[in-house]
Amino acid sequence: MSETARGLITVFVVLFVLMSVAAGLIWLERRLLALWQDRYGPNRVGPFGVLQVLADMIKVLSKEDWVPPFADKGVFIIAPTIIMMTTLLSFAIVPFAPGMRVVDLNIGVLFFLAMVALTAYSVALSGWASNSKYSLLGGLRALAQMISYEVFMGLSMMGVVMLAGSFDLSKIVEAQRKIWFVIPQFLGFISFFIASIAEAHRLPFDLPESESELVAGFHVEYSGMKFGMFFVGEYIAITLVSALMTTMFLGGWLGPVLPPLAWFIIKTFALICVFILLRAALPRPRYDQLTELAWKVMLPVTLLNLMATGGILLAWR
Amino acid sequence: MSHVEAKGPPSVLDELSGKFKGSVLCFQETKDRIPTAWVSSMAAHDVLEYLKTGSRRYRTVYDLTAIDERVRSNRQGQPESDFTVVYHLLSYDKNEDVRIKVPLKGESPSLKSIVDIWPAANWYEREAWDMFGIKFEGHPSLRRILMPPYWKGHPLRKEHPARATELGPFLMPDEMEASLEDMLKFKPEDYGMVRHAGDTDFMFLNVGPHHLGTHGVLRIVLELDGEEIIDAVMDIGFHHRGAEKMGERQSWHTYIPYTDRIDYLGGLLNNLAYLLAVEQLAGIDIPPRAMAIRVMLAELFRIESHLVWLGTFAQDLGQLSPVFYTFNDRERIFSIIEAVCGGRMHPEWFRIGGVAQDLPKGWDKMMRDFLAYLPKRLREYDRLIMNNRIFKARTQGVGRYSLSDAIEWGVTGPNLRACGLEWDFRKKRPYAGYENFDFEIPTAPYGDCYSRALVRMEEMRQSMRIIGQCMENMPEGPYKSHHPLAAPPLKERTMHDIETLIDHFLNVSWGPVIPAGEAVSRIESSKGNYSYYLVSDGNTVSYRTRIRTPSFPHIQTVSFLCRGLMVSDLIAILGSIDFVLADIDR
Repeated sequence: MSETARGLITVFVVLFVLMSVAAGLIWLERRLLALWQDRYGPNRVGPFGVLQVLADMIKVLSKEDWVPPFADKGVFIIAPTIIMMTTLLSFAIVPFAPGMRVVDLNIGVLFFLAMVALTAYSVALSGWASNSKYSLLGGLRALAQMISYEVFMGLSMMGVVMLAGSFDLSKIVEAQRKIWFVIPQFLGFISFFIASIAEAHRLPFDLPESESELVAGFHVEYSGMKFGMFFVGEYIAITLVSALMTTMFLGGWLGPVLPPLAWFIIKTFALICVFILLRAALPRPRYDQLTELAWKVMLPVTLLNLMATGGILLAWR
Repeated sequence: MSHVEAKGPPSVLDELSGKFKGSVLCFQETKDRIPTAWVSSMAAHDVLEYLKTGSRRYRTVYDLTAIDERVRSNRQGQPESDFTVVYHLLSYDKNEDVRIKVPLKGESPSLKSIVDIWPAANWYEREAWDMFGIKFEGHPSLRRILMPPYWKGHPLRKEHPARATELGPFLMPDEMEASLEDMLKFKPEDYGMVRHAGDTDFMFLNVGPHHLGTHGVLRIVLELDGEEIIDAVMDIGFHHRGAEKMGERQSWHTYIPYTDRIDYLGGLLNNLAYLLAVEQLAGIDIPPRAMAIRVMLAELFRIESHLVWLGTFAQDLGQLSPVFYTFNDRERIFSIIEAVCGGRMHPEWFRIGGVAQDLPKGWDKMMRDFLAYLPKRLREYDRLIMNNRIFKARTQGVGRYSLSDAIEWGVTGPNLRACGLEWDFRKKRPYAGYENFDFEIPTAPYGDCYSRALVRMEEMRQSMRIIGQCMENMPEGPYKSHHPLAAPPLKERTMHDIETLIDHFLNVSWGPVIPAGEAVSRIESSKGNYSYYLVSDGNTVSYRTRIRTPSFPHIQTVSFLCRGLMVSDLIAILGSIDFVLADIDR
């Protein structure tokens, strides 16, 4: 089989798996939330309600594809596709198991950061193009949040990069054979975790859409499949950041007995559940409190972590 | 006209008749024994100002309303009047009330506004204008408040129809629709708001009438600079159903179900407020067992209402789970209520003179199980919500008013106690037998959203204490009074003598005829103080039913509470105040 054909097959397999995972996550989240909230959740369609997602999809796809007359049409349509594209593209660099990845990019971490930065456009543009006040406020909040969190998100990963001596994610995983980076880079792990919640707009950092204040924030005006894209985009983003955390801090595919891919899936899945649990447990801070946390606490902490890591590395070598 | 308190220390009425000789027309004796003075319309403003600033310090306009006197027959020597404006003032310092009545003549009466003395009178005066067409001169913006701006007539005037069927068919031709649309167009100037300041253009944001944070059909117009609230104007009336007008149509007995729907989370607490006023008018004493049952169920509903508040408040702040937990607990309360009353949210189960039935077998076990179950849950909520750091950051220091502000704005109930004032009608003016119970009045010092939450959490525990005492000491005896006006009357002896049968028949068919008079009830409900001010003309229906609800003044305070804060804070404030839309608009 030629190299190109193999690449293409991997791409489609990854795409297919991701879409099903995102869909499955919707079901999983609803069931898990229900479990933690003393109720049933979706349990009518199919065994344990697993086909609920399918029913939802049929509904979303058969809805009228409506663009409000006051919206900026072009941008309004492009905005939701951006979030889908960037999050899906980011998966290109994630090593699921040795040799199992879409591209071998030696600047994988940087590529991820670039893609993540682009998702901000999706939210900001949708907020702006909707030409609605609630959307605008949501978009503004999203931007403020991005600016605050992108900065230390990048910095929090640099400690790992230093330890591994590479931007290549496969190399980073290999470098964790002795010890997972979550231990030497605990501060980095925590700050990356917090930044990725903000990145995925998940509670407690779901300010751009905070439904009790801004109704649905940036996607107030969206319906049908365009709304569906934001929705699925959010779940893919959760999967993405969980996969990345697994790779960078939890030793990726490394683990005893089970095959590498199984370890990767188990770890990612556990992190996804933590995300869902957070949503069930925490209230939402105000947006000035959020930016304050980012600039006054998280940024100094990550900088300190970076300096300490650098210093120790220098002294040790 | 005689004095209400002839002996003892000089009353506020003595003081008034000394100070305003020519202006105090007479005193009126009412069934509720509140000192009531008729004051000429010229002097009303001065008298009220004196009452506020004088030694007795009546700093709260507890209620302000009007009575259409034109078709009333039993006026008992009161001064000539077509419309009477009634001011009900409250002094927390002295624990005293005073009622000032001002007679007005003619079809378009007017009176000097008291907004300059009490800013809180703003909405009350607008309501009196809306409902009775009484003009308050000097009012900053005398617009309709509950009825839509295009409404013709003033609903609580006696000539205004009470049913839609009396109004004729409703048509909306195109030109009418166009003019209505035009009237609804948003012009910030109408609300006293500005479009620009310096080089800043403000954004106007409509929060509601359909918004998740407003818990119902409440509209708030925000003037925003970024996310900072420069000004906020509340627009109410979307939930107005004419509850007071219905009071003039339903018999004394058949009005009870309507009261349940005023504060629709308070259920039987509403019945209690209404019936206390009716029973004062009728002079009915309640048997001890009925009293204990009433108190027990009222406290159960207080817990129920607070649980709804707790869950929705947490949800307003983005916490998704507590609302399911508290609603589960509420469900347990409802299963008890259902076993006792048959109904759940609106059991309409208290009756004039007592309650509808005796307690069912096994009620004490249900209640005991619940009392054993709830404390653990409350501890969990303390950990989950009250001690959560994000929750604290969102609520501490947010939406704060001082005690003095709270008193001036007519804030009552848990919201007032959150400013540190230990005031509770159940202790200060015990009603319905609350003097027999041992409980504390929880307070909190800061008057912010968190303090309000603290007070409510503790109130649930105190309510459990009261319920526990009811269970331990439930008296034996009848569940309803044998008084001839108790409705529906007990049936035991109807088949034995004709007099009782006639009495029973009339009481069931017409309903009781309550003797002429006036009385107000004041209860400490879950959201604050409720009052039913009833005027009877010696008939089977009430002549005037005034419902003083706590949420009305509470929502009025939101405008100044949220100024300078963020949109998120507004939602926190609304959540912490605990209001019900039906309660504001009635």
